[in-house]
Amino acid sequence: MRPINEMRLQIESRSVNEAYARVAVAAFAAALDPTLEEVNDIKTAVSEAVTNCIVHAYPNEVGKIYIQVRLFERGRMEIRIRDRGCGIADVKKAREPLFTTRGGDRSGLGFSVMESFCDKVRVRSAVGKGTTVTLVKLLHGREASLEP
Amino acid sequence: MHTRIETDGQVMTVYLDGELDHHNAPAAREKIDEFAVGFHPAHTILDFGGVTFMDSSGIGLVMGRYKLLVQFSCTLEIRNLSAHAYKVMRLAGLDRIAALSRADKKEAEKHETHQ
Ligand SMILES: Nc1ncnc2c1ncn2[C@@H]1O[C@H](COP(=O)(O)OP(=O)(O)OP(=O)(O)O)[C@@H](O)[C@H]1O
Ligand SMILES: [Mg+2]
Repeated sequence: MRPINEMRLQIESRSVNEAYARVAVAAFAAALDPTLEEVNDIKTAVSEAVTNCIVHAYPNEVGKIYIQVRLFERGRMEIRIRDRGCGIADVKKAREPLFTTRGGDRSGLGFSVMESFCDKVRVRSAVGKGTTVTLVKLLHGREASLEP
Repeated sequence: MHTRIETDGQVMTVYLDGELDHHNAPAAREKIDEFAVGFHPAHTILDFGGVTFMDSSGIGLVMGRYKLLVQFSCTLEIRNLSAHAYKVMRLAGLDRIAALSRADKKEAEKHETHQ
């Protein structure tokens, strides 16, 4: 399946860029006429994945985060968020609710939030090489929500 | 993000404004904790009426404040949640540690048109 539109964005892993990343992705998705709820779902899932790159992938350095968004026919959206950071040793474990390798105010619910706000979440990771998170969101849009 | 604290008797009310993410959460956390430790409230209300975005950093903020506040037997209440923030908090099971309530519908609509 070929995308009908595509964008790429590269940002530095600074926490100030979290807001920019989620707003940019949501703005690009506006072409698919999403509902307010769908916009919030996208922003939240992107915020989780980008925050993970900043907090976990590059804990002691500023690295690059690569974001690719592709829009397909019938409201399908794929967002890929990639880092070249430390990687995840056990992806299955990392995705479990409440699992976190960081204390403080991290709740270990980032992946759970991504999963509940997207239709599909794929994670590919290699220790020492980096992580790619792919979020798939099917947008039904405002038109669908107006139907009886 | 802006954090304002008011007190009434033993009740501490925290008004949160703006986007609650990993970038903004630490400042809110520090302000709340510093005040709570000096004031020892019996009841704390976190008013989310001005929160325009929230991810799991909001969950962490609530869970962390809960852990601190229970040490002085303070109860926790979260008010004026948007539909979205409510969904995130329910997902985290925060309704088991705090009384959650949503913004009333008229207020919520007003909020959306102002964005
Ligand atoms: N991009 C990444 N690079 C390296 N490790 C990661 C990455 N993303 C997630 N992880 C690992 O997976 C764990 C779970 O991530 P998740 O987002 O679910 O929770 P968290 O970030 O620890 O807490 P929260 O997101 O609730 O603040 C993290 O603690 C971390 O060990
Ligand atoms: Mg996370």
